[in-house]
Amino acid sequence: MLGRLSWSAIPFDQPIVMWTSATVAVVLATVFALITMKGGWPYLWREWITSVDHKRIGVMYMILGLVMLVRGFSDAIMMRTQLALAAGNAPGYLPPEHYDQIFSAHGTIMIFFVAMPFVVGLMNFAVPLQLGVRDVAFPKLNSVSFWLTASGVLLVNLSLFVGEFARTGWLAYPPLSELAYSPGVGVDYYLWSLQLSGMGTLLAGINLTTTILKMRAPGMGYSRMPIFCWTALASNLLIVAAFPVLTATFAMLLLDRYCGFHFFTNDLGGNPMMYVNLIWIWGHPEVYILILPAFGVFSEVVATFSGKPLFGRRSMVLATMVICMLSFMVWLHHFFTMGAGADVNGFFGIMTMIIAVPTGVKVFNWLFTLYGGRIQYTVPLYWTVGFIVTFVIGGMTGVLMAIPPADFVLHNSLFLIAHFHNVAIGGVVFGAMAGYTYWFPKAFGFKLNERLGKAVFWCWFIGFYLAFMPLYALGLMGATRRMQHYSNTHWQPLMLVALAGAIVILLGIGLTALQLIVSIRQRHQHRDQTGDPWNGRTLEWSMPSPPPAWNFTEVATVRETDAYWHSKQSGSASSPSSKAIVDMHLPRNSPVGIFLAFFAVILGFALIWRIDWLAGIGLIGAIVVVLREAWKTDLEVRVPAEEVMAFERVHGTRLAAGREGLTPGARS
Amino acid sequence: MSVAGEALPIEPEVPLSLRGPAPLRVVAGFGFWLFLLSDIILFAALFATYSVLSGSTAGGPSGAELFDKRHVFIETMCLLTSSVTCGFGSLAVQRADARAMFVWMGATFILGVTFLTLEGREFASMVAAGAGPSHSAFLSAFFTLVGTHGLHVSLGLVWLVIMLLQVMTLGFQPMVGRRFFAFGLFWHALDIVWIGVFTIVYLGAK
Repeated sequence: MLGRLSWSAIPFDQPIVMWTSATVAVVLATVFALITMKGGWPYLWREWITSVDHKRIGVMYMILGLVMLVRGFSDAIMMRTQLALAAGNAPGYLPPEHYDQIFSAHGTIMIFFVAMPFVVGLMNFAVPLQLGVRDVAFPKLNSVSFWLTASGVLLVNLSLFVGEFARTGWLAYPPLSELAYSPGVGVDYYLWSLQLSGMGTLLAGINLTTTILKMRAPGMGYSRMPIFCWTALASNLLIVAAFPVLTATFAMLLLDRYCGFHFFTNDLGGNPMMYVNLIWIWGHPEVYILILPAFGVFSEVVATFSGKPLFGRRSMVLATMVICMLSFMVWLHHFFTMGAGADVNGFFGIMTMIIAVPTGVKVFNWLFTLYGGRIQYTVPLYWTVGFIVTFVIGGMTGVLMAIPPADFVLHNSLFLIAHFHNVAIGGVVFGAMAGYTYWFPKAFGFKLNERLGKAVFWCWFIGFYLAFMPLYALGLMGATRRMQHYSNTHWQPLMLVALAGAIVILLGIGLTALQLIVSIRQRHQHRDQTGDPWNGRTLEWSMPSPPPAWNFTEVATVRETDAYWHSKQSGSASSPSSKAIVDMHLPRNSPVGIFLAFFAVILGFALIWRIDWLAGIGLIGAIVVVLREAWKTDLEVRVPAEEVMAFERVHGTRLAAGREGLTPGARS
Repeated sequence: MSVAGEALPIEPEVPLSLRGPAPLRVVAGFGFWLFLLSDIILFAALFATYSVLSGSTAGGPSGAELFDKRHVFIETMCLLTSSVTCGFGSLAVQRADARAMFVWMGATFILGVTFLTLEGREFASMVAAGAGPSHSAFLSAFFTLVGTHGLHVSLGLVWLVIMLLQVMTLGFQPMVGRRFFAFGLFWHALDIVWIGVFTIVYLGAK
């Protein structure tokens, strides 16, 4: 009746897990109770859960990423604590089978459920605004994408309390992840949650690629497209080209586990290295899916806060697209030790080093943009400068490991861990934080607290160096990754420094929460009246903050790069004339995303625990939801011109007040 | 930047990339093309796996011993012909000619079902002969690649039935027309994938 599910699936014997479960349950219950008491459900349902507005969906992606950052970081600090303790004869406090789940969950969560939601969220929010359009190409599909990602998140978190998570590392290499060696539900949780969220990501990629290629403001040719949109285009093209490989690879592993196939098994001709090749054909482009939009954020930030156009814009675009293509030609550098031979390893080593060329071009472009600029040291620029320094170090250790003989020494060591955290934190996290601070006033109408923002930056910056520079050294001394205990007590001091670094980062995460609370409380002092708090260059700053549901009351014709900057220079930026205002037609809210996610979670959970009848319910439910949607014809709502006009009048007043310098302290 | 609209009409000789957001018909079609590309990449991963594992028979039967090329040729003809009928059906949809559409799309459906029946019979005979998917890596790869194509054809047939129901209930609205267009693309893409299957799996069997 319940498949493999029974009371024994709940880890009553593990106090850490049970306490975490209890805390999460209490927090969730409190949040739900508060929402219910305040009568917030209808509002949440109407304005957020069923919203198909790209701005709202972008914000929800960011919230999802922030929440999961806390989860992923708890795993990190548990690992660091374990390694600070478990030297010599000391066993530490985490048994191996628990430790293995923690490092697997940490990697999976940080890549799929923190970095991806951050990046997709920023693109969702900013790209249509920068392109000067009313929404993405397929707004309802956008909501479905988000909720599918959320259902993957739910399944991963469920694995903490019901059953277990994979103990295989974040990419679940076979044969370890095959049924013979991982008979539990851990790998199944991993596979089904990533299949669901992967589908969501693929749909988001199709959606944003279509948006960028087919829906730009009149006059916005490719040469005038903002640089963040270019990097988003590259990233989404990579999603469309790479995520199907992930889906296929996981499908094959699922067939091995569920139906006794022999793709990657040790016996009957199976080939585990085929999995490793396939997963990295997805995995290496994934690296660039994450980093390219971060590069885009830095490019916008550096131009805005230097008060001049991005240096070498064309070379920046070219470098982005070259990286986009090269990212598919380097996957084998993740496993030079496979034994492909000197010629194959040599080819992939050289291809890897070549990627450093366009990346170097970018670094110089950012530096030359700063050079001679009228620099404002705001929080986003702190992140950008911190990124340039940190990323260059990470890039150099990467090039070092691109040399196959060096890689043979460093493979699977803590040196590698230090390298990819160097680029993932220094690149993606710093980029996400820069983007979050940069576009926050656009999304909510007030700026984040500057002082706390700088404190957050310094915590992450110093914490990163403390936590990961020792790992480079430890790696060279022979410490391996995924190591739960070590006998060489000489490593312990460096491990303690790394723990201290993790604690500093923890402080940074705490301060991020504090910054949000303080900024909300002080929102009246930091209101963005004009919609252009940073003296921005691209179209998103030409509209009020927060923008209306329809984004642009009048769709502008673009004549230059940095369209808004030029219109400000020529004095043609103005609020729209009232005669041109017409009724707006917006896509209607739709619960199809959350309904589909609901049935997807049921389906995933049932498949993980092999509960056939429940899987049937999940599948049929999902089909019914889609079919009901297919027969809906009333898909748009009309916003009457009077409402649009009223909004523009209010904004016009605020704009005038803001321009006269009355903003500080002005209450609205 | 200046205001678009009646005051500033966009001249027809303006390059496509400067004309502003494309009409919904174009956007929807383009999005579906991208989806098809992603689907073809999914098949590419399966093809690559098949190519690597096709020799890994683990002492069991190989492709050359198992495949009946005549049988597969008939299958292929059914599928290719169904693309022709689907093409005529799509033209009928464009003309909003319900009768012709039902005839051509009905023929497409029957050919699709025939293809699936033939494929099912091939699979059943292989399993009966002790060459099921769990017998070797080669057979796992074969059943997955060909089976995934078959699954796509099955989903296509379900989609076709839904589209016929949509025409019957909603008529030839623009929305239904866009979906039918996407269905046509999907069906033709399955043909292209099948040509790959026929060439690499069946003709290439050693």
